[in-house]
Amino acid sequence: MSRAGAFLHRRAGVRLALLLSAPLAWLGLAYLGALAALLVTAFHSVDTFTGTLNRTFTWANFLDLATGEVYRTIVLRSVGVALAVTAIDLVVAFPMAFAMAKLAGPRTRRWLVIAVLTPLWASYLVKAYAWRVMLSSGGLLGWGFGLTATVLTLAYLWLPYMILPIYAGLERLPGSLLEAAGDLGARSWQVFRTVVWPLTFPAVIAGSIFTFSLSLGDYIAVKIVGGRSQLIGNVVYDNIGAAGDLPFAAAVATVPVVVMLGYLAAVRRTGALESL
Amino acid sequence: MRRIGSALAAAALALAAACGGTTPTTGAPAPGQSGFVPPRLSAPQALGTGEGQVDLVAWAGYVEDGSNDPKVDWVTPFEQETGCQVNVKVAGTSDEMVALMRTGQYDAVSASGDASLRLIAAGTVAPVNTSLIPNYTDVFDGLKSKPWNSVNGVPYGVPHGRGANLLMWRTDTVRPAPDSWSVVFDPNSPYKGKVTAYDSPIYLADAAVYLMATRPDLGIRSPYALDDRQFQAAVDLLKQQKQVVGEYWSDYTKEIQAFKSGDSVVGTTWQVIVNVAKSERAPVEAVLPKEGATGWSDTWMVAARAAHPNCAYRWLDWIISPTANAQVAEYFGEAPSNAKACAETADPQHCATFHATDEAYFSKVHYWTTPIAQCLDGRTNVTCKDYAAWTRAWTEIKG
Amino acid sequence: MNLSRPARLLLRLALAAGLAVIYVPLAVVLLNSVNADRTFGWPPAGLTLRWWGAAWASSGVREALWTSVRAGLGATAIALVLGTMAAFAVQRHRFFGRQAVSLVIILPIALPGIVTGIALNNAFRTVLEPFGVGLGLFTVVVGHATFCVVTVYNNVLARLRRTGIGLEEASADLGAGPFTTFRLVTFPLIRSALLAGGLLAFALSFDEIIVTTFTAGAGVRTLPIWIFENLFRPNQAPVVNVVAAALIVASLIPVYLAQRLSSDVGTH
Repeated sequence: MSRAGAFLHRRAGVRLALLLSAPLAWLGLAYLGALAALLVTAFHSVDTFTGTLNRTFTWANFLDLATGEVYRTIVLRSVGVALAVTAIDLVVAFPMAFAMAKLAGPRTRRWLVIAVLTPLWASYLVKAYAWRVMLSSGGLLGWGFGLTATVLTLAYLWLPYMILPIYAGLERLPGSLLEAAGDLGARSWQVFRTVVWPLTFPAVIAGSIFTFSLSLGDYIAVKIVGGRSQLIGNVVYDNIGAAGDLPFAAAVATVPVVVMLGYLAAVRRTGALESL
Repeated sequence: MRRIGSALAAAALALAAACGGTTPTTGAPAPGQSGFVPPRLSAPQALGTGEGQVDLVAWAGYVEDGSNDPKVDWVTPFEQETGCQVNVKVAGTSDEMVALMRTGQYDAVSASGDASLRLIAAGTVAPVNTSLIPNYTDVFDGLKSKPWNSVNGVPYGVPHGRGANLLMWRTDTVRPAPDSWSVVFDPNSPYKGKVTAYDSPIYLADAAVYLMATRPDLGIRSPYALDDRQFQAAVDLLKQQKQVVGEYWSDYTKEIQAFKSGDSVVGTTWQVIVNVAKSERAPVEAVLPKEGATGWSDTWMVAARAAHPNCAYRWLDWIISPTANAQVAEYFGEAPSNAKACAETADPQHCATFHATDEAYFSKVHYWTTPIAQCLDGRTNVTCKDYAAWTRAWTEIKG
Repeated sequence: MNLSRPARLLLRLALAAGLAVIYVPLAVVLLNSVNADRTFGWPPAGLTLRWWGAAWASSGVREALWTSVRAGLGATAIALVLGTMAAFAVQRHRFFGRQAVSLVIILPIALPGIVTGIALNNAFRTVLEPFGVGLGLFTVVVGHATFCVVTVYNNVLARLRRTGIGLEEASADLGAGPFTTFRLVTFPLIRSALLAGGLLAFALSFDEIIVTTFTAGAGVRTLPIWIFENLFRPNQAPVVNVVAAALIVASLIPVYLAQRLSSDVGTH
């Protein structure tokens, strides 16, 4: 043990290899491998009667996807919903997180964090159904079902995932910094714009990764409150569920993957990936 | 319902595929008669003693041992009587059922029409010797030797139960009382925005049933065997219908809520939904429209390589025995397959409500089956749209 | 920060309003758990404790809860180990592809659940089935652990960045081996970060439904799957509300304890 320890102490490279091996084997090999295999499947076809995969290379699934006008509509709608949900959550979450981190005392703060975390334990489905009850005619809100209802429900479901990173980001922000800015004569708005926002921006982006991706992959909430609407998740699900058409489902699934990879690439430099 | 079965684990779409059979009433040949030749397998001639356990694949709600509701239990008495310990895997879709059965680890399965044909064709399930299943005698004739549970007269299983997809409406807003699906397909419907339809690709068959009656020129013989032109007509009809639809429904709770609140006033339904809605004082009625309707019927089948065939046969006999069949039919909300079950239901009206003995009623039902490229109505000069094509069309219809 | 009085008031109002928005639907859930109506129609036709009794009597609920707890603990344990290892590698070493490690760890949570779900489903069936291993609780744990690693990783990484390596070097200078140093110095430093990350990992796993749908064996029912199934059964839907209401109350205990144990939980 101690000899191994001494060896490890001297050899940083070995230590690094040992530390990285398990996480990389799991996520790098197994997970990325699974994603790659899925991508490969998108170039195959399936016999839906026998359920056997035909591994001959074909572009057919992607051609169908690219030429079907309906898929373009659904992709745009899904991205629009994800953006709307993210925007709503940001607008609601930022002031809440700010009040929690900078106005509340330490004791109250603890309770506020609990209050925000609690709904995460109530089942997603049950909360979505609670919204259905509120939105139906004669319900508390009675606004009816559809795309708007879907956006509201998703924004509600993912709100804590936006509040928590922003709160954490604001909490890390030294109070002295804000006071210094204030002492230097900056007005509240200026302090916000020049100090608070730039420093918490990575946290905001971190929260948005949650809300955006959770919304982009959802197919259940839209079934509960979406009326006659559908999102990209439904298309994937429908094709894999009953039809057993994994290749086409895989082709459709590449769309949200590309969207998310683009999003991650765009925000990589903000440091947000380390604030999740 | 079956629907419930599938609904659970997967969304309701899955179900669609889950259920069904071809339509026995049109006299169309089944795929078994028109197409594939099943592997040569034989049924046992006699039963031995039980093996002490049986491994089942089933829809949710078919094999209840009291763990969901202590009052709903027809497994424990079976175990006490036969000494066969029941292990059940609840499957969410027909695909999952087929995959599970192919592992060879299970003895019996409650297969729907589409899965049953695939299982037979692949040799995963064996013919069933019905003389070893005493309760089979009491099964309704309308369910015996049908295209989805037999091949060329050789039975491959015992029928579990059946049901129809009805037309439901709110009596306070929809007048006069409808007797035709036209009320949900009319583009100028006065109920625009309050029409509801089943959220699954299989709903295309409902459109096809309507077209069979209203567009004889299309020559549709089975709503599950649609060639390009017939298929396009059904898709167009549903695209037009979308303009008046307020919400597509896929689960039980959702539809009852919508009808109670008035968000939906007319659309497809299951008998059990009607019953619950009525019991909660919603002003609704339902009818089997004059054009006929879609429906479902499942079959218990035995694996060709069953490790516990004796217990499996005892389970098949048990699940269609009057008492157990009555229990499962009432819990699931469908018509029992055993005629004597009608005397055993907790609600004496159950069989009447679900039209269990009404063969004229079920003769208008086209049982769910998953469409395949080989036309299920026996045509060989054209190819039909398979379920993958139905699924993509459904995406397009919803837009 | 020198906020004006109106600004402070406004922010406090926003917080109160936000909390109200969070809690009104939860109140609806609670009310529906005693709603006499079987499909929780609004307004409640009457109040009853019948569903609470039914939930208490349901062994399905208990089994599902236990399955979820096992899946959550398993996934959290794996996430703690893998997340900590990765965080140490990235924070304490300079190497080629360091950025890529972060990206790979974030990917499972950043990609939509349905993509992760079908990718894993496909992989499990291809890789495991030839060995006669079907989907089961094990595959659920693997699926959940995959997207839970990131919460531990980020918490530990943030902590390591803040603490530096001075104490550990001192420990080594005093003759302690790396394992002793980890046990006596490093671990106490990162304990609360592990707690925060672990708690969030557990929460993520506990309410996950999409990845679970695709990775669970047909007989494996986590609580969300149980809820999903039972929302579609005639007499079970109200029981589901009871379960959710009970969970909200029960969840206060672990969350509160975690808060007490570490001053900075709640940060991801």
